Formats: sequence, structure tokens, C-alpha cells
Amino acid sequence: MLSDIAFWGVGLVAVVGGAAVFYVDSMARATYALALSFVAVGLQVLFLQQNYVGVVTILMMVMEMAIMAVYMVMFMGMNPALMPMSMVHSNKAAIAAAVATFLVLAAGILMVDWPTRRGSPPADVTMALGEALMGPKMLVMAVISPVMVATIVAGVVLAAHRTRYDRFGDDLKQRPADDPQPGGVGR
Amino acid sequence: MADPMPMTDAPITTVAPGWAIAALAILGVLVVAAAMLDGALAARAGGGPGTVGGLVRPFGEAARLMRQRRRTTVEADRLLWRIGGAGLLVTAALMVTVVPLGEWTIFDLDVGVMWFNAMDVMVWALVWLTGWGANSAHSLVGGYRFLAHGLGYELPLMFALVAPAIVAESLNVGAVAAAQEGLWFAVWMPVAFLVYLLGVAAFSVWGPFAPAIGTDVAGGARAELSGVDRLVFEAGRYALLAAGAAFAVPMFLGGGAGPLLPGWAWVLVKTVALLAVLVWLRRRLPAFRPDKFMEVGWMLLLPAVLLQDLVVAVVAVWRS
Repeated sequence: MLSDIAFWGVGLVAVVGGAAVFYVDSMARATYALALSFVAVGLQVLFLQQNYVGVVTILMMVMEMAIMAVYMVMFMGMNPALMPMSMVHSNKAAIAAAVATFLVLAAGILMVDWPTRRGSPPADVTMALGEALMGPKMLVMAVISPVMVATIVAGVVLAAHRTRYDRFGDDLKQRPADDPQPGGVGR
Repeated sequence: MADPMPMTDAPITTVAPGWAIAALAILGVLVVAAAMLDGALAARAGGGPGTVGGLVRPFGEAARLMRQRRRTTVEADRLLWRIGGAGLLVTAALMVTVVPLGEWTIFDLDVGVMWFNAMDVMVWALVWLTGWGANSAHSLVGGYRFLAHGLGYELPLMFALVAPAIVAESLNVGAVAAAQEGLWFAVWMPVAFLVYLLGVAAFSVWGPFAPAIGTDVAGGARAELSGVDRLVFEAGRYALLAAGAAFAVPMFLGGGAGPLLPGWAWVLVKTVALLAVLVWLRRRLPAFRPDKFMEVGWMLLLPAVLLQDLVVAVVAVWRS
């Protein structure tokens, strides 16, 4: 009973936090409203006995939002978002899209013939979830991971306007490197 | 350790939630002790009011701050500001819930190591919010400085916590403590231990990681904090330092293992000793510049601690 109330209470915090993202008038508040929403979701996952997944959700989302706030303030506002500003735009189209999405999803919930539970949850639900998600696809995952990392590195390399020739000179022999921002280990 | 006494493999007992007050009291005593030691060291280094005067200085400082009028700034984001300033203390309290005191623990979470890690990441948000909330340039600079440090120290800290968990084959803090029969992890995982201690100093905005609250930016993130807000913020830093030291005991220093004294006493003794070292280190290490530390973190600390993890994993596989 008590844990049911806590579960729904945390769920309410998650939804209200998510809505607050669009209601508040500062990038910092919007970002941390989203962080609060994610922390509440992480706590809900703890109630589902998925302790590892829940704690990792809190960890990753707080870290991500701490960094996100920096970028939001830097790039998302009226250069920069140090002043109060609205978090919404194209209101009429957005309301139409939101209502339509809600109706479709709600209709889906009501119309789908939900299956009844077969069997009982295993002792270690986190392990079971991991095996259900990854088990037969481990090879695919193991191949995709390095490809994704390579894509990120390649994307950063292509996006950076300075190359190794800027850093080390035309013959790549200039030491130390000519960097606008010197690093900490004297490369 | 040449400890002839076999560690009693007492299972961890979860105590009633009411004992959390006792845990908070212990954390409070550690905070006061750390502040007194720092005051004494400051007095000795600065030739101020003498060692005794330094020891009692935190009390005078606390009394002064409690009577001080609260400073207000124009257009401050008061909600976020207060959350940031008060959050450090709360985070430290949440950290110690998973630290077993001998055989007792408040929160015997199966992923306690991750819990601690999640809490120390909270500090990223809290210090930045403290810097942001005041709507003051210097304090915002301090907040950004902390995030710059965070990008450098957090991953090495995470991988330092991985090493004990690999050997214990568990993320439960009690299980990690129990896995160190006779040989502390600090002894054969020295790199992970040192990187962990560096991480503790970092998430406490302590010593070499103090530029975020440095005097060169008029106090940085805490520039506009005054009165009780400042007192709570400072207490939060000491509490994080104490919680970090307490967590190191089951992770690296064998938990409650030791001769003669009972387990809970050894946990306290080791925590106090480590906390004293951390406080003392404040004046012994140079500041890490936030703009340069990231490269140190990623080019030196991260490879070193990954290598440590590899060695530990190979040993663990070889032993099993």
C-alpha cells in the first residue's frame, strides 16, 4: 500500500517535472526540471526491483543534464540564455500535435488486448531483462559498439576545423603543438 | 595484511530506518572533527591564533555565519541556488546510507557501489546550481570550473570503483568489504585507491580541486553565499569528504577487519584516519587548473586506472 502510493507519487513528480520543462522561463530551470523528471523515473524503476537500471538512470541523467545545462545556456537561447526566455514556440501546431499524440496513445492503451501474465518473475529481474534484450543479439551488439564509437570519433574529426597540420605544422614536426588552448600534459 | 585473526564472515544486518539518525550524528561528528583539524592546520600554516585557537575556530565561524544577514543579489534564481547550496549535505548523507558500520547497514542495496557513484555525480549539478543561482559572474565562473574538473575526474573515479567490484563479483558494499580476506584492496590496487582519493577530493571541491571556489574568482561558486547558506555549503563539503573517506573503508581498507576492536570501531578508526589525511592534503597539493586538468584526467589517470582494472580482472580470472 505505502509503496504503491510512493510509486504513483514519484510518477506524478516525473510527469509534472516533464511538463515544467516547457512552463519555466530559464534554460537552467528547464534542464534541471528534466533532470528531476528523470530522477523520479529512476526511482520508479527502483520500485520495479530493477535496482541497477534505476540507479544507472539517475547517475547518467544527472550527469547528462549537468552538461546539457551548459550547452542549453550557450546555444539554445538568445545568445546566451542568461535572461528569462520562453521555452515554447509554434504553440498552435504544438498543441494540435500533442492532443493528437495523446489521443492515439490513449486509444492504443484502451483498444489493445493486453496479454495476461504467464509464469512468474524470476529472482533476478535485472539479469532476465539483460538476457531478454541482449541474449541472442550479443554478436550484433558487440559489432555495433565499435562501429558507433568509430562514427562518433570520425564525426568529431570531420567537424573540428583544426587538423593535425594546424597543430604540428606542415611537416608534422612542430613540438610542442600549436594549440589555442594548451593541455595539461604538454603534448 | 598479516592479520592473524580471520575475519568473521558475519552477514550484513539491515538496521531499522530510525538508526539513520545515528548515522547522521556520526557524519556530523566527523564534519566537526574535520573542520577542527583544518582550523588547526590553517592556524599552524598561517601563524594565526595558535593551534588551540585554530581548533575552536570552526565554532566561532559557525556562530558568526548563523548571525550574519543573508546577502541578496538582483534577479537571483533562489530556488536553484538554495537547492545547490543545501544539496551537498543531503548527498553526503545519502552516500553513507550504503556504508556498513561493521555488520550494520541502513540500506543494504545490491548495487550500493553504483548508488555511491550516482550520488557523487549529483555534486556536478549541485555545485553548478550554486554558481548559477546567485546571478553573479564570478560565481557562475566557479560553477563552470567545477564542471570542467568534473569532466576530468569522473571517469577515472568510476573506473577506480570498478576494480574492487570485479574481484568481489558484486556491487554490494558489504560483499566488497567481505571479499578482502587478509589482503586489503588498497594494497594490491594502489592506482585505483589513489585515483579514488583524488575523486573524493574532487567531489568535495577540496584542495587541488578548489579553484571552483577559488579566491582568484572572489570565492567562485560560493562567492555570494552568506550566513546560514554558506555554513550549510561548507558543512556539505566536509560531509562529502567524510562520506568519501567512510566509503573507502569497505571498498579499499578491508571494512571492519582488524584485531582486538569490534568491526564498527575499526570502520570508524579507518574513516577518521583517512579523513585526517584528506584534510591534511589540502595544503600539500597545488591546485589543478580547470582548463588543463581534463587532459591530465584523460591522458594519464584514465589509462592508468583502466590498466589497473585489466590487471585486477586478469588476477580475478586467474584465481577463480
